[in-house]
Amino acid sequence: MSLHVESGPSTRAPVPPSRRHGRPGPGRVFLSWLDLKAAPYLLISPYYLLFLLFGIFPLGFTLWYSLYDYDLAGTVEWTGLGNYTALLADSAFWNAVVNTLGMFVIATVPQILLALLLANALNKRIRGRLFVRLGVLLPLVTSVVAVAVVFTQLYGRDWGLFNWILGSVGVDPVDWKAERLPSWLAISTMIDWRWTGYNAIIFLAAMQTIPKDLYEAAAIDGASRRRQFWQITIPMLRPTMIFVVLNSTIGGLTLFAEPTTFYGGNVHGGSNSQFQTVSMFIVEQGFREFDYGYAAGAAWLLFLMILIGSLINFLLIRRIGGRK
Amino acid sequence: MIDRSRRGRMLAVAAATALALSVTAACGGDGDEAPSGGSSAAAPVTIKVQTFGGGKNFGYKEAIDKWNASHTDIKIQEEHLTDQFEQVYWPQMIQWLQSGSGAGDVVGIDEGGMGLAKAHPEWWADLGEYGLSSRQGDFAPWKWDGGLTADGKLFGLGTDLGGMSLCYRRDLFEKAGLPADRDEVGKLWPTWDDFIKVGQEFQSKVKDTKFVDGTNTLYNVVLVQEAAKNGGVSYFDKSNNLIVDKNPAIKTAYDFAVKISQDGLTAKLRNFTPEWNTGMKKSQFATLGCPSWMLGAVSGDDGAGPEFSGKWDVAAVPGGGGNWGGSWLAVPKQSKHPKEAAAVADYLTGKEGEISVFTYSGNMPSNTQAQQDPAVQGAKNEYFNDAPVGEIFAKSASTLQPVYLGVKHAQVKNAVESVVSALDDGSVPYDQAWQKLQDDAVKAAG
Repeated sequence: MSLHVESGPSTRAPVPPSRRHGRPGPGRVFLSWLDLKAAPYLLISPYYLLFLLFGIFPLGFTLWYSLYDYDLAGTVEWTGLGNYTALLADSAFWNAVVNTLGMFVIATVPQILLALLLANALNKRIRGRLFVRLGVLLPLVTSVVAVAVVFTQLYGRDWGLFNWILGSVGVDPVDWKAERLPSWLAISTMIDWRWTGYNAIIFLAAMQTIPKDLYEAAAIDGASRRRQFWQITIPMLRPTMIFVVLNSTIGGLTLFAEPTTFYGGNVHGGSNSQFQTVSMFIVEQGFREFDYGYAAGAAWLLFLMILIGSLINFLLIRRIGGRK
Repeated sequence: MIDRSRRGRMLAVAAATALALSVTAACGGDGDEAPSGGSSAAAPVTIKVQTFGGGKNFGYKEAIDKWNASHTDIKIQEEHLTDQFEQVYWPQMIQWLQSGSGAGDVVGIDEGGMGLAKAHPEWWADLGEYGLSSRQGDFAPWKWDGGLTADGKLFGLGTDLGGMSLCYRRDLFEKAGLPADRDEVGKLWPTWDDFIKVGQEFQSKVKDTKFVDGTNTLYNVVLVQEAAKNGGVSYFDKSNNLIVDKNPAIKTAYDFAVKISQDGLTAKLRNFTPEWNTGMKKSQFATLGCPSWMLGAVSGDDGAGPEFSGKWDVAAVPGGGGNWGGSWLAVPKQSKHPKEAAAVADYLTGKEGEISVFTYSGNMPSNTQAQQDPAVQGAKNEYFNDAPVGEIFAKSASTLQPVYLGVKHAQVKNAVESVVSALDDGSVPYDQAWQKLQDDAVKAAG
C-alpha cells in the first residue's frame, strides 16, 4: 500500500468562493496546511511511535545500562566503558562471535545459492507451478522450535537418523553436539530448511519483473541459457539480492532459537559453548548470571557487528554484474 | 492503488485481527483474582504457590486438594512454572522479587538459590511475625538455619531434602553376573574405588550398556559427600569467597569424574537432557546417583517410564550418606496476603503436608516429625522393586551433614557442570579441563 497525499472530496472541502478578496480565512489555511502537510505524518505515526517505544527507547536504555556494573540482585555502579574493555578481552565473547560468524557463513552462502537455483527452476513453465511455488514456502509456516526439536532428534548421537544413515555406509557416528563443526552444520541445515524457500520466492518475484525482450535479444545473439542466467538474470536481481543478503545478515547474526533448542533450551550452547551465539551469550550473561550491564554491552557490540556486517555485504553485493 | 476486491479482503483481515485482539484482551482480564463486590461475605483469599521441577515436582497436588476441600476462607492455587530451576525459574523469580511484582504468595526455592535469597532480607516477609518461629523443633538445625535471612529473620520453611542412595538396574546386574539383591549390592561398594572396580567388571561382561549415565550426576554425589567432610563448604566459603581452587572436595569429585570417563564407564549423557531421558528408556546405563527426588525422575513418564517398573532398585551409596537438593518455601514481601500465605506455607511444610507429599511423589520430608511417621518409615516403592525407600532415606537424613552454598552457587554450579560434561563428551581434553573449570567458575562468580 502506498500513501497518497491526494485526498478525496470528503476530506478536503472545496474552497468556497470568497466574496471579498477571493482568499480563504486564516483558519482555513491552517486546516488545509494541517491536511496536506501534517496528516500524512499523523497517519504513519503509529508505526513510529511504536518503534520509538519498543525500538529506540530500549536501544538507548541498553546503552545507558552498558555503562554500569549492573548486577540484577546486587550492586549498581558506574563503570564507564569498563564492560566494553572486559568484553573485548573475554574469550567467551569472542568464541560466541566466531560461532555466530561461522554459522552465518555456513548457513547463508549455500542458502542463497540454492534459493537462486530454486527460483530459476520455479520460473520455468512446469506442471503444478502454483503448488510447487507454495510448497517451497511451507517450511516457513512451521514454528522455529518445532523445526529445531525435530532436527535435534534427527541429529541425535545415539538414536538419530543421520548417524544411522552414516553408520549404514560404514562411517563412525558423529557427536553432533560435542564437536564444533558438526554442530554448526546441524544448526545451519535447520536455518536453511526454513529460509531457503522464503528467499527463493523473493528471487522468483524479482525474476518475473525482468523484461522478456532482454532474453529474446540475448537468444538471437546466440547466448546459451546458462549465459543468460549469469549475464541477465543475476545482474537484474541486484536490488533484490541486496535485500535478501541484508535480511540474512541480520537474521544470521542474531541467531538464537535453533542453537538454544539444539541444546535442550540451555543458552550455554553445548558443553564447551561449541555453538553458543552472541545472542545466547547475551542472555546467559544477563539472565543466568544476572550481569545486566555486561549483557547490555554485548548487545551493543552485536548491534555494531550487524551494522558492519550489513555494510560489508552491501558493498560486496553492489559489485555483482559489474559497475553501472 | 488497491482494487475493490482486494480492499474487501483487507477489511476482512483487519476485522479478524481486531477480533483476535479483543479475545486476547478478554482473556487477559481473567488474571484479576480479587473478587470485588458480589457475595461480599465470604470471598476467599487465593494464595498462589509457585513451584518448579520435573515429574511430580513439589508433590503438592493431593495436599492442596485436601486443603481446598476443607477451607472456605483461603484457597490454594499452585502455579508450576517450569522444570528448570537454575536456568529458568530462579532468574525469573529474581526479576519479580527485584521489581516488586509478579511473584506468587508462596514460592519454592531450591537449595542452590538459598544463598542469594538469604542475602536479600528485603525480598521476604518475616514469618516470625506470623508465629512460625515455633516451628523450629520440626526441623534439623541446618534445615532451619537455611531458612533464616542474613540478619536472622525467618523467611523460609524446609520442604524436602535429597538424602542419597544409588539406583541400579537389577536385570542388567544379573546379566553381568553381579548380585542383584540390594543389600548385597550395597556391600559391593563401600567406597568409590570399589564402585569403579564393580563398574569395570560390569563393563567387561556387558557391552551395549554403560555402567553410569555420565560424569555429572556422580560428580555431584561425590562433591556433596566430600564437601561435608571438608568443613561443610562447596564452591564458596562461609564468607562467600570462591574456593574452587582451595577446597579439596572439588578436586576429589573432579578426579572421580575424570576417572569414570577415562575408564569408559560413562554413556556420555548429560543429566536432565532429552538424550539422558531417552538413555533410560533405551537402557544406556545401569546405575544412577539417586537423591530421593531422583526416584521420580526415573519412574516418571519422561524418564525410564512404566516399562521398567520392577527392574530398578535402590542400594546404599558408596562413601555413606550425603544430601543433594531439597527446597524451602518462602513468602515474598510483595504478597498482598502475607498472613494467609504464611498459614499455607505452615500447612505445606507441616507434618501432615509433608507426609502427603511423600506418599504422592516420594520427596523425602525435611520435617523430622514427618520422617518418623510410620507412613514414611514403612514406605516401599513399587517401581523400585519394593525398596524400603522411607527407611533408606530417613536413615541418610539422620546422618546428614549440611553444606553451605554461597550467594552465587547456582551460577558457579552451572558453569562447572558444563566443564564436567565437556570432559566426558570429549570437547575439552582431560588435561585442560581442570584449568577451564577454574577459569569458568571465576567468571561465573564475578
